[in-house]
Order: sequence, then C-alpha cells, then structure tokens
Amino acid sequence: MRRFHVFGFDVRDFVWTFVMYGLTLTAVAMLLWPLLTVFGNGLQVLSWDFLLASPEDAGRSGGIAPILVSTLGIVLVSLTAALPLAFGVAVMLTEGFNPAGWPATILRCSLDILAGIPSVVFGLFGLSLFCRQLELGYSILAGGLTLACMILPTLARSLAFSLESAGVAHRAGGAALGLSKQSVLWHVMVPVALPGICAGVVLALTRALAETAVLLFTSGYSDRMPESVLDSGRSVSVHIYDLSTNVPGGTPNAYGSALALLLLLALLSFTVHALTRWMQRRMTGNTTRSL
Amino acid sequence: MTLLTDEVVAKVHPTKLRGWAFWSAMSMLALLGAAIVFLIVAFLLSESFPLIAQGGPIRFFTDEGWWPRDASFNMTPMVLASLYLTIGALVVATPLSLAISLVTTFKAPARLAHVLHNLVELSAAVPTVVYGLWGVSSIVPIVNIWSPPGASLLAGVLIVALMIIPTITVLTQSALQTVPTAYVQGATALGVSTSQTLLRIVIPAARQGIFSAMVLGAARAIGETMVVLMVCGNIVQVPTSLFDPVRALTANIALEMPYAMGDHRASLFVAGLLMLLLVSALVAVGEWVGMRQRKMIS
Repeated sequence: MRRFHVFGFDVRDFVWTFVMYGLTLTAVAMLLWPLLTVFGNGLQVLSWDFLLASPEDAGRSGGIAPILVSTLGIVLVSLTAALPLAFGVAVMLTEGFNPAGWPATILRCSLDILAGIPSVVFGLFGLSLFCRQLELGYSILAGGLTLACMILPTLARSLAFSLESAGVAHRAGGAALGLSKQSVLWHVMVPVALPGICAGVVLALTRALAETAVLLFTSGYSDRMPESVLDSGRSVSVHIYDLSTNVPGGTPNAYGSALALLLLLALLSFTVHALTRWMQRRMTGNTTRSL
Repeated sequence: MTLLTDEVVAKVHPTKLRGWAFWSAMSMLALLGAAIVFLIVAFLLSESFPLIAQGGPIRFFTDEGWWPRDASFNMTPMVLASLYLTIGALVVATPLSLAISLVTTFKAPARLAHVLHNLVELSAAVPTVVYGLWGVSSIVPIVNIWSPPGASLLAGVLIVALMIIPTITVLTQSALQTVPTAYVQGATALGVSTSQTLLRIVIPAARQGIFSAMVLGAARAIGETMVVLMVCGNIVQVPTSLFDPVRALTANIALEMPYAMGDHRASLFVAGLLMLLLVSALVAVGEWVGMRQRKMIS
C-alpha cells in the first residue's frame, strides 16, 4: 500500500483522523447548542410560580398550570387506551400465536407500518375518526385517543420484548408445575417482567409528551383549565409552538415551557434507565453478581 | 380411574372457561391493535377518493397551482420542497453521524464514548417542537443577516439535519458493531493505519447498514412536521436558491387542515396518503437493507 510519509510521519492518517475528529466536534457542538440555549433562556423564566399560574396575555406572561393539566389528561387518556391493546398484542405475539405463522406475521407487519407513519397522518386520521365521525370535537379525549394509536407500536414492542426476555426457564417451570398457560403468564411472566413493562410504559409516555403535530388538530388550542376530558386542551408542546410562531413576544415563556418539558422528559428517561437496570439484574439473577 | 371425580371436574372446568375467556380477550385486543393500520389507510382513502376520482391522480402534479379555493391542486412545489429538505438534511447529517459513530465505536476511550453516546440519546429524546423553537429564535435570525428573510430552505435543512443526526448515529453505530473484530485486528496486524482501516475495511463492510441508517433517517426527515412548519417560511413555491422560503407537504397539511372544507380538505388527505406511501416505502427499503447487513455479517 502506498503511504504518504514525511520524516516517518503518516500524513494521510493524520489528515483523516483530523477530519474525523473535526466532524465529531462539529456534530457535538450542533447537538449541544439547542440544549444549552433552552437551558440558558428557560432558567430565566422557570419557577414554581410559572408552573402554578395561569397564562395571561395569550401566554406572554403568567404560567402554564392549565396547560400542564391538559397535557397530563391527554397523556393519561392515551396510556389508558393504548396499554390494554399493547398488552394484548404483546401477549399474542409472545405466547399466543406461533411466531412463524401468518397471524403473528400480519400483526408484526402492521406494527412496523404503524411505527413508520408520520405523525401528521395520525393527526388527519384522528381528526377524521375521533373528532368528526365519533363527534368528540377538539377535545382532550380525541387527542389522547389519537396519540394512543401513535404510541401503540412503541408500547407493544417493549412489552413483547420484556415478556420474551423473562425467559424460557420461568415458562417451562410454570408449565412443569401443571399451571395453565394463562396462569403462567399472569402469575409468573408478568411479575417477573414488571420492571421491563414499566420501562416500556414510561418510554411510551415520553413519546406522547414530545408529540405536537398530532395534537395540533385533535385536542385544540384552548389554554383555559380543562373541566373534563371532553374539553379542548392545549398540550405543552402545542403551547411552545403557539408562543413561538403566533404570539409576538412569546419566546421567553416558550423557552420556559420548553425547559419544563425537557426536565420532565429527562426525569422520565432516568426512570426508564433505572427500571431497565433493575430488570437486567432481575433477569441475570443476584447469584451471578455475587460470584 | 377414580382420578376424574366430580370434584376434580368441577375444579378443572372453571379454569378452562377462564382460559378461554382470557385468550379470546387477548385475541380481540390484538386484532384491534392490528386493525388500526387498516383503519388509517381506509380513512385516508375514503376521505381522498372523491377528489382523486374527479380528475385522476395526475392532476395533483399538472394543475395550474396550489389555489385550493379555485379547485386547483398542484402539489409539485410542496413535494419538491419536502424532497429538497430531506436530501439537504441527509447531505449535512450523514458525514457528521458517521464521524460520531466511528469515533465512539473505534477511537474514543470508553468514558468519552459513553458521554457522546448519552448526548446522542438525549438529543434523540428532545421534542421536535423544541428544535423548532430554537431554530426560530437562533438559526433564522442568523440566516436573516446573511440573506433575508431568514425563514428558508437552508434553515429547514440545518435543523432537520440536527434532528436526524441521533437517528442516523444510533443505527450506524449498530451497523459498525456488526463488523467482525477479526477484520480490524487483521488490518492492524498488517500494519494498516487506523484511518485506512476505517475507510477501506470497516465502512465498506458496514455499507448496507449505513445505507439503511440513511434511508430511515430520510423517512424521519420527510415525515417531520413541526420544524419545517416553524422555520421554512411556508410560501408555496419551487425554491430556486437555498435562501428561498418553502412550504413542505407536511407543513401544508398542518397549516390548512384546521379550516379546510370540501375538496380542499380532501386534497389534504391526498397529501397525507402520498406521505404515508413515501414514508412506508422508505422504511421498507431501509429495514430490508438493514436486515441484509445483519445477515451478511453473522
């Protein structure tokens, strides 16, 4: 191989290494820039008062209390709707269907397609089915149900994964004791896989919290305190969008809301990591650790 | 013979019944979960079909312009804007992602690699609307100094690129990890320099995985709504320079859906259908190539 040496020094290697580290540094700077901007600008606004007050003057002043409540409502509705479906899908994929048979294949394919659908298409679907056909209007319920469709693949995959990683030994042990398949599942597999299941739920929660496009035209714009799930309610992400594009002078409070959202997501991600570590410890067992 | 006493039968039956109820409930739930995709496609088709039937699908590329009130639905400028944004974002994001992946997988000490990995994961979790907010208040003013109005194709490209860097990096990292260590060790033993090992051996061995990462990144970029809605200026036109404001197909849906009626509304569902087809095709190609990478190596 030809080499470009100057006084025994490989110039080509040096240049490529330099380019590679240069690009990495650029990328790191680009990734850090928005995060630091949000922290810098958000910290000036964020306080307990900001979290507990109502927005005033279209959100330029005041806080985000009703918006946090609406967000919580939307996320809870979506989890309540998506969790049973995801559990059913996960159980049928891991225990019910033969993994190579056609029902399992169709189910897996439909999840894969669902995971790839752009969020704005979910918004169209939600508007058409929940808001118009089922006459829920722009409401927390409609927004939450649309989000449920969106987080279903994430949730179902992580539930299926944690049930699978609960292992053959537990399943075989249960079966050897003469338990029925559903008893093994309910009394052995689910408790063993519980940390993983919780991690999946929290992961789905972060996806739901981060979503904006779906909610723009399903859950509405109202920034008042919602009284029921049939009220229109604005999520934090929609609030950030509205303040930064439609409200001149709304940027400082948009940054405050963005920081609140980021901190919440960070807290949830930390929970996912902790739960996953717990799950791994549980799966590998304490005996191997003490060796 | 005495095993099947009435007592035993009475004990067995409720269990069987409960098992039957449990499994049918689970099957129903799974069926409903699988049905959502079909429901979405059905709704998009039924809402857009009246308009497609009126003039055939070609009209969305041959009408005079995008004047939905005068029944003129030419989506070409918006489709082109979406394509330019996606290609631009890929051009910016791929070298950066590849560099981070190579550094974290092969060069950096474990602790630095861990920090970089966490940064990438953290960025992947940032909501796109936050990137949009940052773009509107940081990038758009900078582009504006350079060439007004600032809200432009360029701003969109840069921020969408930033948004897909985590996606491409994570997938590229896992592609690089499939390259057998023996390749690297063999090259090192032959005295090949590190950079040449990476360029001539590792990248070619992982090329399918890297391609798959790019395609899946493109799928994310083209389906992205919030960032392009906030920083691209939202003017329906075929851009002639990087500084022209554009409106992407997804941004158009989000902008006009709240007030669209009749045929206008149907045309937005046509756009949604187009988006669904494009993204599904990209994801299918990406996953297929990615699977070939994993099979080829193992």
